[in-house]
Amino acid sequence: MRLFSKWELIGVGAAVLLMLVILPCLNAFTPESSWLHVSNFTITVYGKYLCYAMLAISVDLLWGYTGLLSLGQSLFFALGGYMMGMYLMRMIGDLGQYHQPIPDFLVFLGWSTLPAFWKPFSSLPFAMLMAIVLPGLLAGIFGYLAFRSRIRGVYFSILTQALTYAACLLFFRNSLLLGGNNGFTDFKFILGHDTREPATQRGLFVASGVALLLVYLFCKWLTTTKFGKVKRAIRDSENRVMFSGYSTANFKLFIFVLASLIASLAGVLYVPQVGIINPSEMSTDKSLEAVVWVAVGGRGTLVGPVIGAFAVNAMKSWATRAYPDLWLMFLGTMFIVVTIFMPKGIVGLPAQLKAVYQKMAQKNNAGFPVPVDAAVQPVKPE
Amino acid sequence: MAISETSLRDVLLFTFDEINAAGGVKLGDQSYKIEPVVVDGASNWPLFAEKAKQLLEQDKVAVTFGCWTSVSRKSVLPVFEKDNGMLFYPVQYEGEELSKNIFYTAEAVNQQATPAVDYLLKQGKKKFYLLGTDYVYPQTTCLILYKYLLLHGIPAENIGGGFRKDDSGKVISAGKYVPFSHTDFQQIVADIKQFAASGDACVINLINGDSNVPFFKEIAAAGLTAADCPVVSFSLAEDELRALPTKDLVGELGCWTYFMSINTPANTSFLKNWDAWLATQTHPGVVKEKRAMDSPMVLSYNGVYLWKAAVEKAGTFDVDKVRDVLEAGVSFAGPGGSTTMQKNHHTTKDVFIGETKANGQFKILETFPQVVGEPFLLKGLDAKLAAAK
Repeated sequence: MRLFSKWELIGVGAAVLLMLVILPCLNAFTPESSWLHVSNFTITVYGKYLCYAMLAISVDLLWGYTGLLSLGQSLFFALGGYMMGMYLMRMIGDLGQYHQPIPDFLVFLGWSTLPAFWKPFSSLPFAMLMAIVLPGLLAGIFGYLAFRSRIRGVYFSILTQALTYAACLLFFRNSLLLGGNNGFTDFKFILGHDTREPATQRGLFVASGVALLLVYLFCKWLTTTKFGKVKRAIRDSENRVMFSGYSTANFKLFIFVLASLIASLAGVLYVPQVGIINPSEMSTDKSLEAVVWVAVGGRGTLVGPVIGAFAVNAMKSWATRAYPDLWLMFLGTMFIVVTIFMPKGIVGLPAQLKAVYQKMAQKNNAGFPVPVDAAVQPVKPE
Repeated sequence: MAISETSLRDVLLFTFDEINAAGGVKLGDQSYKIEPVVVDGASNWPLFAEKAKQLLEQDKVAVTFGCWTSVSRKSVLPVFEKDNGMLFYPVQYEGEELSKNIFYTAEAVNQQATPAVDYLLKQGKKKFYLLGTDYVYPQTTCLILYKYLLLHGIPAENIGGGFRKDDSGKVISAGKYVPFSHTDFQQIVADIKQFAASGDACVINLINGDSNVPFFKEIAAAGLTAADCPVVSFSLAEDELRALPTKDLVGELGCWTYFMSINTPANTSFLKNWDAWLATQTHPGVVKEKRAMDSPMVLSYNGVYLWKAAVEKAGTFDVDKVRDVLEAGVSFAGPGGSTTMQKNHHTTKDVFIGETKANGQFKILETFPQVVGEPFLLKGLDAKLAAAK
C-alpha cells in the first residue's frame, strides 16, 4: 500500500518547505524593514501552533483512529512541559529575583537548599528521560487499569478528564514544590543559549517543525500497518475484534501510551517557546480545546488535526487582539458551525461540497433524485 | 476577560478619553492623543505572554496598563524585560518582586495587610486566624503576617490555621489553605468557631473569588458575627461585592487604598465624571448600569496620570528616560488622595480600613496617611525577629 497519495505528498511537501525552510530563512536573513521579513513574534507564535498540532495528532490517534475519546491529553502535554520547565528553572542559576542558587519560588516558600528530587534536573538528558518515563508510566498504569476493566466510551472520557483535573489540583498545591499556581517562568537559558534571543526561538521553531513532521510520518506509517488496521477495527467494532482472537486491551494500552508520549514531546518543545508552564495547562478545558481542534480539522485523518490546531489558534490569536470583547462568540460560532454542518471538519469539506454538487447535478439531469450515499448504507445482516 | 479585569479596561478607556479631551499628552509644543490597544489574555498564561510580545513588538506601544493575578504578571515579566517595555500593575499583590520594567501602583503587603493587623491589634484582638486560597499571594502575605504578629507580641499558638515547617523546624508556611473554587467550608468554619470562643479573635481572609460566597454563608450559619469575630478580607472590593450576598458581610472589614465612599471633593468629582462618561461613551462591550468603583480601578487611573506626568517631565516617550523620571519621584493627586512613585517602583498612598455595609459600600473607620510601599518585607522581619530574641 502506498503511504501517500499524490496530492497529499504535494501538500505535505509544501507545508514542510514553508515551515522549515522559508519562514526561518525569511526571519533570519531579511532586514526588518523588508516586506518579506517574518518577525520574531510570528516565529514564536507559529512555533506554539506547531506544538499544539502535535498535541492534536495525539488526540486524533486515540479518538479518530482507535475510538478512544481522551479528555485528558493535556495532562501528558503539561507533564512534558513541567519536566522541561524544571530543567529551565535550574538553568536560571542565581539570576532570579533573590539571586539565590535555587529557584525563586522555593526561596518564597522558605527553602534555603534545593530539595533532593530537583537536583538531577540540572541535566537536560535526565529531564528528557523523565519526560518520557513519567507520562509513559502514568499512561501505562492508568491505561492498564482502565482497559483491563473494559472501561470504554463515555466512561473512559470521564475518567481521563477526572485524572487531569486531579493532577491539576495537585500541581496547584504549593507544597508539591513545583511552583504552585505560578508554575515556572522567567527562563533564561537552554543549553547555554538565551531562551529569549531570536536565534534560539528560531531553533526551537525548527525543532518543533521537525518533531511534528517525524510524528506525522510515524503515525502515517503506523496507520498503514496491520497494527493500524486492528486499531481502526477496534474503533468500528471492538467486540468483533475481540472474538477474532485479538487482545484489544493490549492494543489500546499501546496506543494510549504512545499518544501520551507524543503529547509529552509537544509539551517539552512548547514550554521554552511560550516561557511559562503552570497547572492551568492541565485543566480540563485545555484538553477539551485539543479535542475541538481535531473536530474542526477533521478527525480520522492525520492532516486534519494539524489544520485544526493551526486554524483555531490562529483565529484565537487574531480575535483576542481585533475583537477582545467578542472573540469568545467567534470561537463558539465556529465550533457550532463545524459540528452541525461539517461533521468531517475542514478536511472533509471538499468531499462534502462535491457530494452536494453531484446531488444537484443529478436532480437536474434525471429529474428524480438518487440518494448519493445509498451505496454506503450498511446492509443489515440476515 | 474576567469581570474584575473588564472593569480595569473600562476605567482605563475612561482615563484616556479624559486625557485626550483635555488636550492629550503634551511634549513641549506638541500634544499627543492616547490611542488605546486592547488585548485579552483570556486567563491563558502563554497567551498573556504572546499578547505582551505583540503589544511591544508589533503595535510598539509606549506603555502598558494591566494584568490581574500574580501569575499573569509573572508570565509577561520576561517579555517586558527583554523588549524593555513599561508595565503599570494595579492589583494588590505579595511583593517580593522588583522589575525595572514594571511600576507597581498596587497595594504592597504593608499598604493593606499589615495596616489591617495594626487596626485589629488596636481593637484589642489577640488571636488571628489566617485563611486563604493556595497560591503565592495568600501564602506570602500570611507568612509576612505571621512574622509581623510574632514581632507584635502575639504568640504562635494564638495564630490559627496551622503551620508547615521545614526539616530544621523553621515555619515556611502559616495559615489554612483551600484550592481555587473551593466550596466546602464547614470544617474550617467549625475550626474558626472553636478558635474564636475566647471572644478576642479575628479572621484574616485571603480567599479569592467565588469561594467567598460559601465561606461567608457558612460564617453566617455558624452564628459568628462581626462583633465577636470580625473577618477582614483583602480580595473583596466594591466591584466584587456587587456579585456577593452582602447581607452576610455586613460589619466585616476591608482594607484598601481607595474606597468609593471617600467623601472628598476630588473623589466626588471623579465619580461624577466617571458616571457621565459611562452614560455617553460608545466603546464596545462597556456595561453602563450598576457599576462600582474600587481600588484596583483607581490605581489604574492613578498609574495613567503618573505615567503622563513623567512623560511630560521627561519630554519623551522613551522608556528609559520616563523610568528615570518616575524613579526620581512623580506625584499625582488622585481620587483617593495624593500618591507618589518612589525609587523602588512602588507608591506612597493613604490606606483606609472600612466596614462593609449592606449596600456593598464601605464605611471608613480609620485612615493611615501616606504609607510608603515596600516590596521586600520578609527579610526585614526576619532580621527584626532575630534581634528581638
